[in-house]
Amino acid sequence: MRFTARQLLPGAAALACTACNRVQSTLSWSGDQAAASGSIWNLMLWICVPVYVAVLVALALAMRRRESAADVDERAVGRGFTAWLALIVTLLSVLVVASFAVDRRLNRPAVAPLHVRITARQWWWDIQYLDPDVSKRFSTANELHLPVDRDTRIELASADVIHSFWVPSLSGKLDLIPGRTNALTLTPRKVGWYRGQCAEFCGLQHAHMALDVRVDDAAGFAAWRAHQLEAANPPATASATAGKRLFESGACAMCHAVAGTDAGGHNGPDLTHLASRRTIAAGTYPMDRDHLDRWIADPQRPKPGALMPAVPLDPRDRGAIDDYLMGLR
Amino acid sequence: MSETIDSIEAGQAQARRDALERTWADRPGFIGWLTTVDHKRVAHRYIATALVFFALAGALALLMRIQLSRPENHFMGPDRYNQLFSMHGSAMMFLFAVPIMEAVAVYVVPLMVGARNIAFPRLNAFSYWVYLFGGVMIFVAFFLNIGPEAGWTAYVPLSSSDFSPGKRTDFWAQMITFTEVAALCVAVEIVATVMAMRAPGMTLSRIPLYAWSMFVTSLMVIFAMPAVMLGSTFLITDRLVGTQFYNAAEGGDALLWQHLFWFFGHPEVYIIFIPALGMISEIVQTFSRRPVYGYTAMVLALMATGFLAFGLWVHHMFATGLPPLGNSFYTAASMMIAIPSGAQIYCWIATLWSGRKALVAGRIATPLLFVLGFFALFVLGGLTGVMLASVPLDQQVHDSYFVVAHFHYVLIGGAVFPLMGALYYWFPKMSGRMLSERLGRWQFWLFFIGFNVTFFPMHILGLMGMPRRVYTYPAGLGWDLPNLIASIGSFVIALSVLLFAINVLRTLRSGKPAGDNPWGAPTLEWATTSPPPPYNFEEAPAVRSRDPLWPLDTDLEVMTGLSKTKREALLTSSTDALPATRWAMPDPGIWPFLSAIAITVMFVWSIFSPWGVVWGSIPIAITLTVWFWPKRSQPSMGGGE
Amino acid sequence: MCSRFRNSLAAALACALAVLPACERERREYTGAPTSKAPPPRESTLQPGAPIASPADPVGAHYEDIAFHINEGGRLFRAFNCSGCHANGGGGIGPALMDADWRYGGRIEDIHATILEGRPNGMPSFRGKLTDAQAWQLAAYVRALSGNVRNDAEPSRREGMAATPPLDRLPKQPPRDGDPSAGTVPAQ
Repeated sequence: MRFTARQLLPGAAALACTACNRVQSTLSWSGDQAAASGSIWNLMLWICVPVYVAVLVALALAMRRRESAADVDERAVGRGFTAWLALIVTLLSVLVVASFAVDRRLNRPAVAPLHVRITARQWWWDIQYLDPDVSKRFSTANELHLPVDRDTRIELASADVIHSFWVPSLSGKLDLIPGRTNALTLTPRKVGWYRGQCAEFCGLQHAHMALDVRVDDAAGFAAWRAHQLEAANPPATASATAGKRLFESGACAMCHAVAGTDAGGHNGPDLTHLASRRTIAAGTYPMDRDHLDRWIADPQRPKPGALMPAVPLDPRDRGAIDDYLMGLR
Repeated sequence: MSETIDSIEAGQAQARRDALERTWADRPGFIGWLTTVDHKRVAHRYIATALVFFALAGALALLMRIQLSRPENHFMGPDRYNQLFSMHGSAMMFLFAVPIMEAVAVYVVPLMVGARNIAFPRLNAFSYWVYLFGGVMIFVAFFLNIGPEAGWTAYVPLSSSDFSPGKRTDFWAQMITFTEVAALCVAVEIVATVMAMRAPGMTLSRIPLYAWSMFVTSLMVIFAMPAVMLGSTFLITDRLVGTQFYNAAEGGDALLWQHLFWFFGHPEVYIIFIPALGMISEIVQTFSRRPVYGYTAMVLALMATGFLAFGLWVHHMFATGLPPLGNSFYTAASMMIAIPSGAQIYCWIATLWSGRKALVAGRIATPLLFVLGFFALFVLGGLTGVMLASVPLDQQVHDSYFVVAHFHYVLIGGAVFPLMGALYYWFPKMSGRMLSERLGRWQFWLFFIGFNVTFFPMHILGLMGMPRRVYTYPAGLGWDLPNLIASIGSFVIALSVLLFAINVLRTLRSGKPAGDNPWGAPTLEWATTSPPPPYNFEEAPAVRSRDPLWPLDTDLEVMTGLSKTKREALLTSSTDALPATRWAMPDPGIWPFLSAIAITVMFVWSIFSPWGVVWGSIPIAITLTVWFWPKRSQPSMGGGE
Repeated sequence: MCSRFRNSLAAALACALAVLPACERERREYTGAPTSKAPPPRESTLQPGAPIASPADPVGAHYEDIAFHINEGGRLFRAFNCSGCHANGGGGIGPALMDADWRYGGRIEDIHATILEGRPNGMPSFRGKLTDAQAWQLAAYVRALSGNVRNDAEPSRREGMAATPPLDRLPKQPPRDGDPSAGTVPAQ
């Protein structure tokens, strides 16, 4: 779906900022759903800005009249009143009908979609790719991959409080409410990286509950998916082997799972392919060895209140765990 | 029995005034302050207390803006920030916005309809104490680290025991009970005053627009407040005794809280906004030297706004996954409420257009300046509201800084600016002195500029994907500069508030004396002295038009016959304001104050134990019984002076 | 107006109260919570029902007073499947935690030691798998199950299916050492 310059212009005009980002913006329209909301935004600008200007101009003119009240035609004022009301009713009706039409389009059934289930927890995203064949299901965390030009139907559930799934470049938001399952369809149209964020206040680290979204072409997505189905890479070095042993026997396995090993905890994110992701801790730190080490040493520094404790570890032991985790591509 | 004042001898007039003074005076000193039932004195303390809460809540906002001025700032941690924004919202909405609108009405409405006092004066005094104690309670809790932490909306399950341990949310929920009791009391008084205590001859179509707006607002309060009291009571019982109202696993529903809260919450913002509409009408009318154009349309618009406001609440829940057809209904309703507002804007502009501008020292007077500010800001906020009414667009910008920008434009632009104008307008009447116009202009421009610098960039932040209620944000998303600009603007706003405080304090100390009617206004409150005597009017004024004091310097007709040795008010019929009864008004007393103390004890005790409700009811029963114990009645009909 | 200055008195009073220590119960200590300094016992003559000699640790009282820690302990209780043996406090394979009978002592220091050391007859040791602070939080929650923490810090009803009445409505059950179901040890 292409957007002409005329369509984009009013939206772009609203961006009076210095650096507009494309990865987390309601005005970047990289998916059908975002474009639909965007069309309403354009219509709103075309209607609301002239109305606002008209009211201010009328007020300015009214303030300039200083003569007495004698030369006012009351009937003309009355006719103006009726005309103004008629104009407002007309414009609002246009907006109501347009909103309704776009809303219908947004709620159309998904066509042969990919199925994903996201369970939001304080303060990370538990992502499960569904498949009719149960052995083809896998879990990941905090990074969502989507195929371009195809519907993905995302079921939204919560394990604790109300969160909200929002990737503005692709779509409007939908809440994840404990006790109900909501569902959202995304149809991305541009390959690239996007960023989403939880949009319903959910506690101490609501600010650090981001989501990386990668939209890939069909081949890239299939390759990623096939790789995610594989078990974790075995440790390649002695240090990594020591790290794996510490991981399985210590506090890590109480909460985290690594497919193909003895670690099977489900309280925290699945780490099977941790090193293949772009960020850790729901977008708080980039994924590299230095930040991984800092995170494990004290998760409370970047994310105070996070549910992962600072496990007291000898720096050498922590280094071994880092080596092991960096190998989990 | 109708006489004009001129024909009465000055000496007799003075004797009458002395008798009235003796009858209506409060006891002297501190005990008089505690026991007063004079609506003006109660309103003074209401307004002053609300402004103190405004300043405190504003200070919290400054701290928030400091934290957000830079990405990944470490000025404060998430727990402190969460308490700050929860307190800021709760204090502004429950302790400032609604109380001050009601407080101005408590002062002005009885004077404007020509009554000696407000209906139910002891209830009025009681409501102030309940409000004060509730506000003090929550701020003391905040300073003791027991402040609310789940936002002013306190969505479950975040606000339930599992995710909000301790007593923080309990104190918040109980504060709601305090403030809603106070608001309901005042609402009942205003409805009764406007319905039954109007000046003879003030038919429905002669009631001033401000009195109409307060009448509509008070009816809305009566219908809306019970929803939040019910919802917050359910939250209290869920947290205290283990009911399951909001627990999906046991048959409850997390969305029940949202429905109950927003069924109150949406009318709440119109409860804050509709009084401002009335204030604007009075100011526009006075400074255009003509009645507001389209009186009937204006009254109908007020009623339509008040009525429609109850049918919009689901627009706060468009992202929760309710059925789309239902959502669309609320889109239509939310857009429809723009129609009466649009009608009112036309009528005001037509009034200004066709009137003779009244200037003060050659310039636009400060009240009118604030009204002009209202137009610029509220219309913008109202239009972003129309944007938010559309489901697809709302699903993008809901819970982002776009919404923060929207509601600050409509609340500050649509309510606080007119309120400032009204305070400048009625301050001479309340205190007998004129506020400095020069400081008022400085205050206005600093407020206007600071406000736009603070809140306009937030529209952009929301469109760029910044969610709300975040204590920090990452660098590199383009959010840094707009946040810094907003933070700078917030300090400009603080400066303007400081100027207002200086203006008020200096004027109280040594301001220029105001006459009875410094603005040349048409409504009845300007027919008495500034400040009015405790009995408001020597004799009950009678009206024959909508603008009884216009043309200026014509004599006002009065109706004599109310006793000067007993406290009495004149009740008139509801539609045509024909005199009906002479009603005995209560003397000052301590029991409203003591009842408020008993209620406070019960409410605070019940935060910690359900037995507080049982044992705490006993003192309340005692104080209320003594309060309502029937006095030996004196005849209130006939009898003469 | 006098009323304005009286209101500033009220505000000043509120500010004065700010210098009072912040309400201890409401602290959210997600980092920097105190940990125990006493070294773990290396060997013991531990038997069910015998008097316990866990060294007293003032850190325990700190955790029992803070609602946040008790609540976190509840979250960990569910996350680490304590209910697999102890149900929701009523016991099953493992003994009940909601009553007054304690095989290895019912003070918070005893429970903390039980969690980290393990006990005969099936309680696993969690040393190295939980941090010290987490063990204290769990111990505080276990104490709350029998009503032995201050009432205003007790958690109330849980989100989720109601397996117990809300904890703040249950009567307090002071610990009694010596669980009769644990059996006795023949004299050596």
